Amino acid sequence: MATEIKLPILGENVESGVVINVLVSEGGEVAEGQPVIELETEKATVEVPASASGRVKEISVKEGETIKVGQVILVLEEGAGAAKAEERKPKPAAKSEEEKRGEPATKPEEEMRKTAEAQEEEVKAVAAPSRAPRVETRAKPRTEEAKPRAEEPKREEAKKEAALRREEKAEREEQPLGEVVEPGPGVQPKPEEAPKPGEARELIAAAPSVRRLARELGIDINEVVGSEPGGRISEEDVRNYARSIILNVTRLRPAAVGGAHPLPDFSKLGEVERKPMSGIRRKTSERVSEAWQTIPHVTHFDQADITDLEELRQRFAKKAEEAGGKLTTTAIALKVVASALKVFPQFNASVDAEAEEIIYKKYCNIGVAVDTDRGLLVPVIRDADKKNILELAVELTELSKKARNRKITIEEMQGGSFTITNLGGIGGMNFSPIINSPEVAILGLARATLQPVFIDGQIAPRLMLPLALSYDHRLIDGADAARFLRWVAEALQQPLLLALEG
Amino acid sequence: MDRLTTNSTQVAIIGGGPGGYAAAFMAADLGLRVTLIDLEPNPGGVCLYRGCIPSKALLHVTKVIGESRQAADWGIEFSEPKIDLDKLRAWKEGVVNKLTGGLGQLSKQRKVDFIRGRAAFLDSRTLKIHGQDGERRLVFDNAILATGSRPAAIPGQTHWSAPTLDNQRAPRIMDSTAALELDDIPKTMLVIGGGYIGLELGTVYAALGTQVSLVEMASGLLPGVDRDLVSILARRVDQIFHPVMLNAKVVEMKEEKDGVRVRIEGPEISGDEAIYEKVLIAVGREPNSGGLGLEKTKVIVDARGFVQVDAARRTAEPAIYAIGDVAGEPMLAHKATHEGRVAAEAISGRAVAFEPRAIPAVVFTDPEVAWCGLTESQAKEEGRPVKVARFPWGASGRAATLDRPDGVTKLIIDPESERVLGVGITGVGAGELIAEGVLAVEMGAVASDLELSIHAHPTLSETLMESAEAFFGRSTHFYRRGAERAVGSR
Repeated sequence: MATEIKLPILGENVESGVVINVLVSEGGEVAEGQPVIELETEKATVEVPASASGRVKEISVKEGETIKVGQVILVLEEGAGAAKAEERKPKPAAKSEEEKRGEPATKPEEEMRKTAEAQEEEVKAVAAPSRAPRVETRAKPRTEEAKPRAEEPKREEAKKEAALRREEKAEREEQPLGEVVEPGPGVQPKPEEAPKPGEARELIAAAPSVRRLARELGIDINEVVGSEPGGRISEEDVRNYARSIILNVTRLRPAAVGGAHPLPDFSKLGEVERKPMSGIRRKTSERVSEAWQTIPHVTHFDQADITDLEELRQRFAKKAEEAGGKLTTTAIALKVVASALKVFPQFNASVDAEAEEIIYKKYCNIGVAVDTDRGLLVPVIRDADKKNILELAVELTELSKKARNRKITIEEMQGGSFTITNLGGIGGMNFSPIINSPEVAILGLARATLQPVFIDGQIAPRLMLPLALSYDHRLIDGADAARFLRWVAEALQQPLLLALEG
Repeated sequence: MDRLTTNSTQVAIIGGGPGGYAAAFMAADLGLRVTLIDLEPNPGGVCLYRGCIPSKALLHVTKVIGESRQAADWGIEFSEPKIDLDKLRAWKEGVVNKLTGGLGQLSKQRKVDFIRGRAAFLDSRTLKIHGQDGERRLVFDNAILATGSRPAAIPGQTHWSAPTLDNQRAPRIMDSTAALELDDIPKTMLVIGGGYIGLELGTVYAALGTQVSLVEMASGLLPGVDRDLVSILARRVDQIFHPVMLNAKVVEMKEEKDGVRVRIEGPEISGDEAIYEKVLIAVGREPNSGGLGLEKTKVIVDARGFVQVDAARRTAEPAIYAIGDVAGEPMLAHKATHEGRVAAEAISGRAVAFEPRAIPAVVFTDPEVAWCGLTESQAKEEGRPVKVARFPWGASGRAATLDRPDGVTKLIIDPESERVLGVGITGVGAGELIAEGVLAVEMGAVASDLELSIHAHPTLSETLMESAEAFFGRSTHFYRRGAERAVGSR
């Protein structure tokens, strides 16, 4: 007779998990309660025990596979009942009569009871040893996730169970009532994890009503930290804890995409070296992760014909040099963007999601991403809108030098309301920059190249600058972004426009 | 198969004591169809018919007699009371009938189907009920086992538990049930067992004029209870009982013409033999888990006869719950009531558990002894560090006005969190006073909470506040030099 081992309910709101490890192999023997797979859920890594004994006929899951509650993990071929025969003790099977008889009479109630049971705690220390919690509870693993496991698979075993029950009955009858009946290993995977009967468990200070609330919320009161005198747990503590669990779960979800999986052992693949992250690396890592996870990014691409601008730039480069600066495309872009932010104020803003408000900034501080040997730094040019291109060029040159010489101060990198990043000096056709949160947009400049462009039916070689604008879609719509970037492109194309409109 | 009438119910409750009827009422209030089965004409169980209630009625009488005698010290002299035993018995029975009748009414109002009869499991979903009107079957969705307990026999001497009757005469060897019948007032009586039942009933008979002797195997009365609480009671018991034999064991009992010849042995007593008109065996109680057909279910019964249950009071048979005495110690009515309500809620699908921090225990002697939560002896046993704050009633104004300074209130406190883990009280009215201790322990109160809550003056309840004050070394009415030393003024 073949028995399917399915993934039991693992805990509240846990519906699936990733198989990390298959702990058994086909053809091998499995005893009831023996862990068969290691499963990673959102909450924890758990070992899933077999709900029956037998020889593994088939393994239905693969490592790395995401499986759902109720999904078949293994198919067991029952041996000659070898494993069963070892269990001479009566089995405290947790099956309802309905299941045994196959009558689904009070199913919903049964379900409710199961939930209730799943949330039960061990009998507290007031229990005398003689009042040891009964088998099922006693063997209940402590972790929340694992508590109700082994409940569900039993359902599938109903038939097999019925057959076994006759044997058990015979065994029971041999035992005079009143004899010490040692609870058998039963369906529970790890009796050794369970608290010993009579073990004095620390009594948590919480009013009965608060303890009941916790139970109803599915929270183990032992995990809540009390805020009141003597560590007493208030109703608020329980509610806050419940909230924190919900928030953590939702927060962890995106993180799990990238970072939650355990890393493989790379040293098995070749030589490796581990180094701690530098402070800047860590900060960057945090900031970009946060921005990427919290801001719905869209990147809009455009290009600007900067043939004329480049001519002007080269013509006035000396003038800037005399002033102590370098007239770069970035410096000019600073002026263009400062002007564009006047026309499109929603790009010079921040989102207050909690208050559901938009904060428009009347100042214009533009950050410029600078590549240094320590990593990415973003010095901020204050009041960029009040400065001319030469002034901007000089300031940018100074700040970049400071950043590279490690002379830049924290203050000089704070307070930006928009950021420009220029990778044109290095190369690349285009890229999608990540917004420097809490700003709402970032302009990326890639490498300008000479392109054949149709002008009045003629192909002409023009210097084209690829532009990329990543924006916060919560605040900015695609059409706005297109208009903004077009405005910037045209301003770069027609420097006079700045004087006219900017 | 026999052709018995078969009915069905959502919840079948076997046993109508404080556990069973509380469970029945709760289940009914939660909208479930309930059948309550008991042998008596009304719910009530041992507690109402043969336990708590009749004994307390008699102990009230005892108290009145005691106070009338003590009044001589205050210049009020009464003549010796004349005891009309029939009237006293009738009054006691009246109390019982009033309360059990009331429970019958409450059952009807809640539409609980009350069946008078004896039930046993046929399988894990069916009961067979032997009622007054014949036999029938009852199919249930869930059952609650609330069969309680019965007086225990002396270990190894079970034949003594069967009282001998010579026609007209009442049994000479009694258990608590027989003693509460109050058939007569014997001249002499031996109480075997220094637990709460022996002490309470011994006190009753002593007040009615019986010369009561007591024998206890352990080295003190109320084994397991903190000694400082017991010692105050013991001083009074020594005056009431003649004698109190500790560390002693009954080795032989023989019924003779004038009474029961009892031989008692112990390190201090060797082969002491005496004839007692009556003997009360009060060596504890044992759970009623036999004869219920439990072997036809998966219910697990432990070596002592207790049915094993989980936190929701569910047995190994998922449809069967067990509560009260049959489900384990402590065998107390109020514990059963709470368990019954928990089980009913669990059946209705709520996530509940029986998880008390403090089950109060009260010995209704004079003075009363009451405690809840962690006891000092328990803390010692567990090696758990605690601080104990005591307030002797000699410093209580109210105790002085009652002329009952023989009392103490103490708090068992966690030294770090200053949380009240347990409370112990000996003194008149301790059974009522302990309620505040229960609330403090359950609520996780710290000593300051008790200290800062204003207690009415002059009442005995102030002793709880003042013992909390004593914990901080600043009790208003109890000056302790020890406290002074503790703060380092030396």
